[in-house]
Formats: sequence, C-alpha cells, structure tokens
Amino acid sequence: MSGYMAGVLAILGINVIFAYGIYLTAAAGQLNLGGAGFQAIGAYAAAILSVELGFGIVSTIVLATLAGALIGFLIAFPILRTRGVYMVLATFAFAEVVVGIILNSDTLGGAMGMIMFDYIETPAVLWTAAGVVAFVFYLMSTPIGLAMRAVHDDEPVADLMGVNNRAIQVAAFASGGALAGLSGALYAFYFGFVEVQYFNAFLSIFVLLYVLIGGTQTAWGPLIGAAFFTLIPEALRIGEDWRFLIFGVLIVLMMIVRPEGIVTRDAIDRIVARLMPGDRRA
Amino acid sequence: MLLEVDGLDLRYGATHAVKGVSLNVAEGEIVTVLGANGAGKSSLLKAIAGAVRPGAGTIRFDGKDITGRGAAARVRAGLMLVPEGRQIFVSLTVEENLLIGGYTRSDAEIARDVEAVFDRFPNLAARRGALASVLSGGEQQMLAVGRALLSKPRLMMLDEPSLGLSPILVDQLFGLIGDLNRQGLSILLVEQNTHMALEIAARGYVLELGALVAEGTAAELGADPRLAEAYLGATDDAA
Repeated sequence: MSGYMAGVLAILGINVIFAYGIYLTAAAGQLNLGGAGFQAIGAYAAAILSVELGFGIVSTIVLATLAGALIGFLIAFPILRTRGVYMVLATFAFAEVVVGIILNSDTLGGAMGMIMFDYIETPAVLWTAAGVVAFVFYLMSTPIGLAMRAVHDDEPVADLMGVNNRAIQVAAFASGGALAGLSGALYAFYFGFVEVQYFNAFLSIFVLLYVLIGGTQTAWGPLIGAAFFTLIPEALRIGEDWRFLIFGVLIVLMMIVRPEGIVTRDAIDRIVARLMPGDRRA
Repeated sequence: MLLEVDGLDLRYGATHAVKGVSLNVAEGEIVTVLGANGAGKSSLLKAIAGAVRPGAGTIRFDGKDITGRGAAARVRAGLMLVPEGRQIFVSLTVEENLLIGGYTRSDAEIARDVEAVFDRFPNLAARRGALASVLSGGEQQMLAVGRALLSKPRLMMLDEPSLGLSPILVDQLFGLIGDLNRQGLSILLVEQNTHMALEIAARGYVLELGALVAEGTAAELGADPRLAEAYLGATDDAA
C-alpha cells in the first residue's frame, strides 16, 4: 500500500466514523450541523489525555469517545427545545462556541494547536471504522434502532406506540457525539497534531452532506456518502482548478436525481429482489 | 368498568375542545362516540391515549387513575389508539410497523404475534418486507389495526377508521372490529359513519362542540329524532 493510498484510506475511515456520528442523530430525525464541534472535542480530549496526562493510546481513545458522548448528552437538552431550522442553527452555534473556546485557550494551544507524541497507523483506523459500521448496523436492527426510525417518521404516532421520543433523541445525540468524538481522537493520533482551524464550519457542512446525500433511511447511507465524498475529490485531482466545480455540480445533480440520498430502502429492496428472486420482499 | 372518564376538559389555546365529558366502557363492550367534525371526538381519544394533557378531569383504566401517566404507561396497561388517517410509518416496512406496535412489550412472543397478525391479514403477509407506503388505503388501515394489536391491548380506540375507504372495505373493517370484539377486545369507536357505528356498538355518546349532548344504547340513539336530524341524517347524505 503506497503512502498516498494509506493516507486516503485513513481519512476515509475517520470520515466514515464521523458520518455515523451525524447519522445517528439524523436517523432519529434531527439535523446536527455541529459535527466539527463534536469532532474537535474528541481530538482535543485525546490531545490533553495523551500529551498532558500521559494516558495510553487505547484508554485515551475510549475516554475521548466518552467525552463526546457526555457533551452530546448535555447539549441534547437545550438543543431539543428547538425545532427544524432552529435546531440546525443551534447545533451550528454549538460548534462555533467549541472552536471559539479552543482558539482562546492557552492550555489547548490556541491557534497553534497541539502536537501528539503517540501515533496510530492506517490499519488501526480501518479496523475501528469496521467496528463502528458493524455496531451501527446492529443498533439499527434492534428495537432502539426501530424506535429511532419511527421517531424520525412521525413523532406524535411514535409517542402513541409508547416510544419515549425524548429519551430516544437524547440517546441519539449522545451516541452520535460519542462517534464524532471517536473520529476526532483517531484524527489526532493519525495526523499527530490537532489545530482548531481544521474543525471549521465547512467540516460540519461536509459531514452532514455525507449523511444526507448518502441517505438516512438505512445504515448504508453514511458509508456510501462518506466514501463518495472522500474518494471522488481524490479521483478528481487531475484538474485541480475544476475539481470543486465538478464536485459541486455532482452534488446538485445528486440532489435532483436522488433527493432521499444515494441509498434508499426502495433501492435495497430492488437489489435484494434481483439477487434473491424467490425472496418474499416486494 | 374498564375505562372511566370523568369530567374531562381540554383546551388548545383559545379553543375549548372538550368540555367536561364523562363516559365509560365496560369490559368486552363496543362503545361509539358520534358527532360532527370539530365536535372534539379526536381530542377526547388523544387525551385518553395520553397524547395530550387534559386541563381537568380524571381517566381511570381498570380501576387505576392514569390521568397523570404518559402514553407509554397507558399502552403497557392495555390502552391503544388507532389514530385518524391510519398514520402508519411510511419509511418502515410492513413488518417493522407491526414490531413498533409491540415496542413496550418485553416478552418473547412478539414474533409469534406478528405471525398471528399476518395470518389474519394475508395481504399484509405478502408484502411484509415492503415499505408500508406502497400499501393501499385499505391495507394501511388493516396495518394500523394490526400494529395496535401487537401491543396486546385490552381496549382499542379507533379514530374514524372508515375514513376514505370504499364501501366494501368499510364492511370488511367493521367485520374485523366485530371479530376482535368477540375475541374479547373492548372497543371505543369514533366514527362519522353513524349508521355502521350504531349497528356494531352497544352504546354511544354524542358530542357537540366539545360537550356531551346525548348518550344511550345504540337503539335509543338511532331512534332519537333530534339526533337523526342533527347528525345521523347528515351522514346519510354523505354516504
């Protein structure tokens, strides 16, 4: 594996985990435009735990993940008081506040960032990503996953079925925060440094696009979306000037052709029907 | 009495939707609530299901005061609403719609009960893995009833179940309600198809602008000339 390929695959793994963090809240019906804030929390938690406090790599990653979960849990309560576009703005504001705090903190390196001493390699990132994919697929097959999708579909009726909407939504924010935090910790260890400029508004927008364009109806969406967004820009490197234009046009076309995302449940039904003609699925 | 509602009062902002309504349903009974559009029938059912909080009044189920309990506790106690307009989950499959109906249960017999619903509705069984959005209106209503059955209810509340269904499907639906009742399920039925409702129900209540204006056996309500003119005749024209 060339160094370039290894680098692209590691970014892919980190983006996939990050996308699943945003997907978990989206699957329960909430748009989180504060992804960069959650990822920054994971990355800086990893930097402090590893560099300042001397924790090992594994325990640092676990604790950084828990930090993301804790912040996701706490932030869920004020954010869930808002609806629709106001929730999107609230999550966006949250990320800006996180970045603002880091930028003005000498302990966190301010604009200089922090340098990591320990490193992880591409395989560790990819195995973790594979574990996260398996975990999310499993979660979505449990009654909790079913309840998340029911809340996404119709909150009042989910309530009538006895689903505790608030608990499901808070759990979605907390587990989403955990995965975004995990992706941040992996980012810190893989790249060997954290700088706050990386966790900007574009990152939040991009990761939300991974999820929305990949599709929120199934757990395949973020995987396909993150792969599409990570690999297509690399493949388009040939014409550097035109790269973002071509990419932008692709996104617009995508939204016109497949507004529900690349992977929909209908599409999966059709694929299953083709592969298994005797299957009972319609 | 299985369900006892006493002096239930409900306001949405300036709208006084339900004005001190009292009603009850005995174990094994079919009771209907009649009234024109906007009479407060749906609001009454939603308050009983725990979807909205009443301003005053008490709701007792199986002798226990459940007025302050949430919807989930009421579903666990055996109270389930089939909401107006079906309200199935369109991005879930047919089978998943049934499973979410059993969300509050923790016993291992859910899979068996899903199969029992599929035995009852072969049309749904044929499309168990398909998205519920592809079902016809009649199939969606059957799915909504099947979903409610998965919660193992003791009292099923149905809000305008015949709305938008063809006469043949309405007949099937009322046949189903009768079957379920004979198998021991108590029913509280809100209907605008007054004649069908009074045919199947033992007793009924009539709401007007949120207040109870009449109650009695189905035969009494059907024979009441005032009601015939005000409500029952109107649905004749509509039907």
